[in-house]
Amino acid sequence: MMKEQLEKIKELAESELEKCGAADALEALRVKYLGKKGELTAILKQMGGLSAEERPVVGQLANSVRQTIEEKLSARAAELKSELAAKKLKEETLDVTLPAKSRTVGKLHPLTVTLNEVKEIFLGMGFEVVEGPEVEYDYYNFEALNIPPDHPARDTQDTFYITDNVLLRTQTSSVQARVMEKKKPPIRVISPGRVYRSDAVDATHSPLFHQVEGLVVDKSITMADLNGTLELMMKRIYGEDCKIRLRPHHFPFTEPSAEVDMMCFNCHGEGCPMCKNEGWIEILGAGMVHPHVLEMCGIDPEVYSGFAFGIGLERITMGRYQISDMRLLYENDMRFLGQF
Amino acid sequence: MDLSMRWLGDYIDVSDMPIKEFCSGLTISGSKVERWETEGEEISKVVVGKILSVVPHENSDHLVVCKVDVGHASPDVLQIVTGASNVHEGDFVPVAMDGSTLPGGVKIKKGKLRGVESNGMLCSLGELGLTTHDFPYAIADGIFIMQQEDGCVPFELGQDIREAISFDDTSVEFEITSNRPDCMSVIGLARETHATFDRPYTVKEPTYKGIDGDINSMLKVTIHNKELCPRYIAGVVKNVKIGMSPRWMRERLRASGVRPINNFVDITNYVMLEYGHPMHAFDIRYIDGAEINIRNAKDGEKITTLDGVERTLTEKMLVIADANKPVAVAGVMGGEYSGIMDDTVDVVFEAACFDGASVRTTAKALGMRTDASARFEKGLDPQNAYPALMRAFELVEMLGCGEVVNTIIDADYSDKTPKGVEFDPEWINNFLGTDIPEDVMKGCLERLDFKVENGMAYAPSVRIDIERKCDIAEEVARIYGYNNIPKTIIRGVADARLTEKQKFERKIANAMTALGAYEITTYSFISPKYFDKIRLPESSLLRKPVVITNPLGEDTSVMRTTLLPSMCEVMARNYNNRNAAVCLFELGSEYIPNGGELPDEPVRLSVGMYGGDADFYSVKGIVDSMLKNIGVEDFEYTACTDSGVFAEADAFHPGRCAVITKDGKAIGILGELHPETMENYGIGVKAYAAKINVTELLDMANEVKTYKPLPKFPATTRDLAIVCDENLPAGELEKAIRKSVGNILESVTLFDVYQGKQIAEGKKSVAYAISMRSHEGTLTDEQADAAVKRVLKELANLGAELRA
Repeated sequence: MMKEQLEKIKELAESELEKCGAADALEALRVKYLGKKGELTAILKQMGGLSAEERPVVGQLANSVRQTIEEKLSARAAELKSELAAKKLKEETLDVTLPAKSRTVGKLHPLTVTLNEVKEIFLGMGFEVVEGPEVEYDYYNFEALNIPPDHPARDTQDTFYITDNVLLRTQTSSVQARVMEKKKPPIRVISPGRVYRSDAVDATHSPLFHQVEGLVVDKSITMADLNGTLELMMKRIYGEDCKIRLRPHHFPFTEPSAEVDMMCFNCHGEGCPMCKNEGWIEILGAGMVHPHVLEMCGIDPEVYSGFAFGIGLERITMGRYQISDMRLLYENDMRFLGQF
Repeated sequence: MDLSMRWLGDYIDVSDMPIKEFCSGLTISGSKVERWETEGEEISKVVVGKILSVVPHENSDHLVVCKVDVGHASPDVLQIVTGASNVHEGDFVPVAMDGSTLPGGVKIKKGKLRGVESNGMLCSLGELGLTTHDFPYAIADGIFIMQQEDGCVPFELGQDIREAISFDDTSVEFEITSNRPDCMSVIGLARETHATFDRPYTVKEPTYKGIDGDINSMLKVTIHNKELCPRYIAGVVKNVKIGMSPRWMRERLRASGVRPINNFVDITNYVMLEYGHPMHAFDIRYIDGAEINIRNAKDGEKITTLDGVERTLTEKMLVIADANKPVAVAGVMGGEYSGIMDDTVDVVFEAACFDGASVRTTAKALGMRTDASARFEKGLDPQNAYPALMRAFELVEMLGCGEVVNTIIDADYSDKTPKGVEFDPEWINNFLGTDIPEDVMKGCLERLDFKVENGMAYAPSVRIDIERKCDIAEEVARIYGYNNIPKTIIRGVADARLTEKQKFERKIANAMTALGAYEITTYSFISPKYFDKIRLPESSLLRKPVVITNPLGEDTSVMRTTLLPSMCEVMARNYNNRNAAVCLFELGSEYIPNGGELPDEPVRLSVGMYGGDADFYSVKGIVDSMLKNIGVEDFEYTACTDSGVFAEADAFHPGRCAVITKDGKAIGILGELHPETMENYGIGVKAYAAKINVTELLDMANEVKTYKPLPKFPATTRDLAIVCDENLPAGELEKAIRKSVGNILESVTLFDVYQGKQIAEGKKSVAYAISMRSHEGTLTDEQADAAVKRVLKELANLGAELRA
């Protein structure tokens, strides 16, 4: 009799649990079946009227019914919870295409971005970064570089003077002699910084611009080393496809001297308006340090040799970002600065 | 240097070589080609025609109708209407036929002029892109009536006009470096062409017949300053016939960018272009005492130069003088009366050599750079003066324009020994990093006219740039090909890293961008007016900048002593460009005179912002976070109203400006810009700025970071609302709290400032959350309360008390 009742409770509970759709209803079912005044408890209370043989059998059955109901309860509870969670997640759906809440990260000036890259490249090749004054002695800017007063090479660099003896450096090469006076070979440095020339402002000229000077002095440094270093540098800056060529040129402080051209990235050497039909774009000047320059710094040119080069930072920056007007770099309009 | 390819052909044949190949070959061997241009390129379908008849136009007074025979260019005789009055039957004229083009993209089509059919146009010189300098016998405002000139092929009807008047030379513009004046000549470039392409070239020695005569009876030459004039050769040409030069000479001058003038001037220019050596021609009538003195000018001596300008000389300048006065500024320009005139009878040719530096200084001081001075200043070869003079003589006879006296004066010239330079193939290979065989090296040098013998290389005397063995290496390298030199990587290890200063600056830039600021880059020179714009007091030391003696303009005439004006300028520009909000920084140098020759160049940081959430506390927040980020601690803010505390103080709002100090040293300033500053810059919203002395900060920043254990015990917080005088800076309260809580203090956070009804007049309420924590154990209430008591006692000293 009690067995049947228990079976019936079990069935009923199972079917009710199945239908139960909410957490509070589930709690009510728990109370209804398993609570102190619940149906199962009520049955168990009648156990006293059973025979000694029946009692353990019914007891066992009752426990198994309780266990089943408990299991079903918790399973159903879990189900309900996840249904609820799913429902909530669905309700919480956002329009992910609405605009972001902005967090501003500032930006470095494009010239700094380029310079930092150049520095990384040379640090990686074992070059130190050195600095020198911008308001400089005529000596370091010209004379120590084999450009005595009245040398025609002075004409190509229209100079701002402070006094007869002091000027705004026209080239970062001014740092060369300063380095070589202080430090004996091996020397491996780059020197970035501002330089000044009396050029009126237009799309490709500015009275102030930036150069990066490189200088290597050691025993048996060769022009092939210069060639290799320049190619490596240009490939790092412009990518593996970059092709360069060296063209004989004249700088009083290097011999042999070279201008370095990069194959026009637009026409690949065919000639186009971008490269003024030359197929190549002049990118930097370089050469083997002139023995007289070494001598003036107390370095014996019979023992040591070296190379030097100077790159225009504006030119590289404008090239890689395709900036057509140099003035933009110094106007500092936010809409420009925000692009890099 | 503009090179006429036809002229080059006199010395070396490259006529079969595409011009592009020629140009790129020479560029790669060191003579850089800037551009090339073929004359008359834009002209098409313009032919030689002959006027058969000229009749008046039936409907016009000033037009005429011509019948023109253009030979094989058209089966019919052409009828062409023209407004020119200088055409006559039998004239040869350039005829632009129907469908032809002229320089400047002008297209000619047949049409009707006042009802009469016209099948093209008769051209003037100007319409062909020529001038009367090219054809002195023609007129500028009329049809170009072509004359058959001596030595030229007869005109052929229907022939292309460019061919008929040889207006089809190719001109190549070279950029010649200052060490190679020898390449500023046809012969020099022929030598380079020879070396580059290994094709034969020949330079013939000039010859002339001459007439007998002793020049010493006509002229005396004395060099008074041998140093500035290593050589002076003079020759005389008698009974000259001044007139126009033959067409071939005019053509070559034109293609070289030089205007033909008359035969004698043209000869000197022609020789200059061909040999690279400037010459001068004097009218002997105007040389007083028939003597030429090469001497320094007297101070204040005057000369009127060919251009009609009177110039005052100094004793540093070298002149060519007669017995009484200067007749030319040596190597620069001749005097007004010494030049060749139509009635000149006897001419003195000068082929001299002057010191480069001296010519350069003189030309610069007198403000007249000429073709001659541009060459002399690079330093010319004295030996080249002789063949140049010989060539001039040869041309005089060739042109039949005078009698050359067959003796010359070569005033005490002696130095003719060629200087040799060591030729050491092994050293060259070691220096270049190459493996070039000796005979290849020798070949390179010999193609450049070097003599190589006994371990020495002798450059031709025009190669004034060859002095040392590295010069020989360069010659070998450039003819062998720079791009044939291998590419190797420098060997050896090197220890390279950024300096502390460089790392520090990079850290600042990174912190600033992380805080949302954009970096700017501005000019280091500014206008002295900018000092007024940022309201610097008259007495400010910053008003004594490094001054540029030759600035481009006032706006860029002094080196900045403060970054602030540049920042204001950029903010103003952005404001004008309608950028609603900016937050900017610049890391740059100031240039501060220090009594020595070179100024200090300390690095400074400037910050600027307006719009968006910009206010005093946000600029303070940026500076504050940046300083903490770079390891600067224990700095203080105090109200700043005095430029004695910080130089730029007056640029700021006196009530909204703070100076930042550390260890008693002012390291920066920040605040709202003074309304007047903003007005001066035309910034129409409130703008904020800061300036930090970066160089000085470097030593103050703490690089070392040590880990502190995370707290094990909970913190205890007490909120205090304190009432004090409204003028008491909150910073004072905070300082008092920090001091009195002691080492259990974790943080002091201000969370409210209140003034109003609840508080007595003249007072304010400031609320702080004080968080305390011990590392030994949980703080007891007693410990916390005791700390609060200490705080209140300390605050009482400031006249502050707990709010009731």
